[in-house]
Amino acid sequence: MYVSVKGGEQAIDAAHTWQAALRRGDAAVPEVSITQLREQLGLAVDRVMAEGACADPELAAQALKQARGDTTEAAFLLRAYRNTLPRLGASLPMDTGAMRVERRISATYKDLPGGQVLGPTFDYTHRLLEFAAPIAAPPVEATEPAAAMPRVSDVLAREGLMARDAPSDAEPADITRDGLRFPADRSLRLQAMARGDEGFLLAMGYSTQRGYGNAHPFVGEIRIGAVSVEIVPPELGFAIDIGEITVSECQMVNQFAGNAEAPPQFTRGYGLVVGRNERKAMAVALVDRAQRAPELGEDVKAPAQDAEFVLYHCDNVESTGFVEHLKLPHYVDFQSELEKLRSLRARWEAERAS
Amino acid sequence: MAVLARADREALRAALADGAPLPGWTRLRGPETGLLMLRGRMGGDGQAFNLTETTITRCTVSMDGRMGHATVLGRDAAHAELAAAIDAAMQDAAFRETLRQRVIEPLAAAQEAARARDARRAEATRVRFHTMAAMR
Repeated sequence: MYVSVKGGEQAIDAAHTWQAALRRGDAAVPEVSITQLREQLGLAVDRVMAEGACADPELAAQALKQARGDTTEAAFLLRAYRNTLPRLGASLPMDTGAMRVERRISATYKDLPGGQVLGPTFDYTHRLLEFAAPIAAPPVEATEPAAAMPRVSDVLAREGLMARDAPSDAEPADITRDGLRFPADRSLRLQAMARGDEGFLLAMGYSTQRGYGNAHPFVGEIRIGAVSVEIVPPELGFAIDIGEITVSECQMVNQFAGNAEAPPQFTRGYGLVVGRNERKAMAVALVDRAQRAPELGEDVKAPAQDAEFVLYHCDNVESTGFVEHLKLPHYVDFQSELEKLRSLRARWEAERAS
Repeated sequence: MAVLARADREALRAALADGAPLPGWTRLRGPETGLLMLRGRMGGDGQAFNLTETTITRCTVSMDGRMGHATVLGRDAAHAELAAAIDAAMQDAAFRETLRQRVIEPLAAAQEAARARDARRAEATRVRFHTMAAMR
């Protein structure tokens, strides 16, 4: 129970002024611009875009600046802002197979059509702090462009060894309209995880590897790059291309023993995240596969397989709201707890004395 | 329309700068900014699902009785309006060819060059495996 408490306005104003001064930092140091954040801290901006559930790099960079680099606070700001905008429609499903790939790797096939394309990556770096300013050399260019890159899952599917996801344009669930409902279908789970907290999902994915969920995954494919966004405006009645958006996609391949209806084959966990974030795409793919346990007739025993547990707790804006609400005045609740404890204590002491 | 949407406001203004100005237009709708739900497919090729929202700006204009439409990613109202105006003007035979030469083709060429550059950068990071000779 909360009681309205008056007073504190001046304290709040002063607190916010101090916060703003700390945000600016030492006035002798040049202020960082939103454009600088977007260009130079792009992966932090991408994380805020994903968790703020609004793919707009400028807005995400602005939120990151306003939040002093606190990505959860920035995601909260972005969610709040997107609530002020009208929904104008939905895109056609994006075709990640037609992605302009900047990175595509597979841990299951060394020689696959299009090859292993590393793209910009921290892999293979020594993780040593570079105290000398890094040399900003222009990226190396080959004489030929990269070749077309079919999906690894298509290669396996052609052999009949990969369970296919039936294409369907059925209207998917939408967490922004309907909230979370259980049992959550796969479309709702993938949407919830796409906006979920990267750290939480990483831990959940990791738990499946450590034995909580019996996963033996292979990275069938990770691809990062730009995909076209197409819409069908009602005034035109045909599809138009309105630009490109960068996404990260991961296909995890897991063995499946088969059952009465389906032969032994590989099954997939799928992760799709807006921006460049392969760690999160991998984590989502691991958790997605874990949560397909009921549909594949596997036992649901581990936390990552429990859709209610994962989906109710993966949203950091919601989590932070409930955890941080504990800071609000609970004076009356606590008074009643105090009274109760005092009377219990008095009874306990009386019983001990007698 | 894809070329105009993928350009930005400054590129459109610059492309229009060296020729005869566009006829005047009136706004019929917008420019208005809102959200578009981006959809993906499970496994890349399965059932559609909602991934996340993004910002878009759309505009419809009328120019000498011809309607022009544009929708662009982001929140730049001037970009959407200019793209809609060019879309309207391109329906006029008097403007179509000059706009194609002055605006669409150079922008398309620049966008294609950027795509080709990215594809060459990606290719430069493709791993060339060498088979290791067995040590004896």
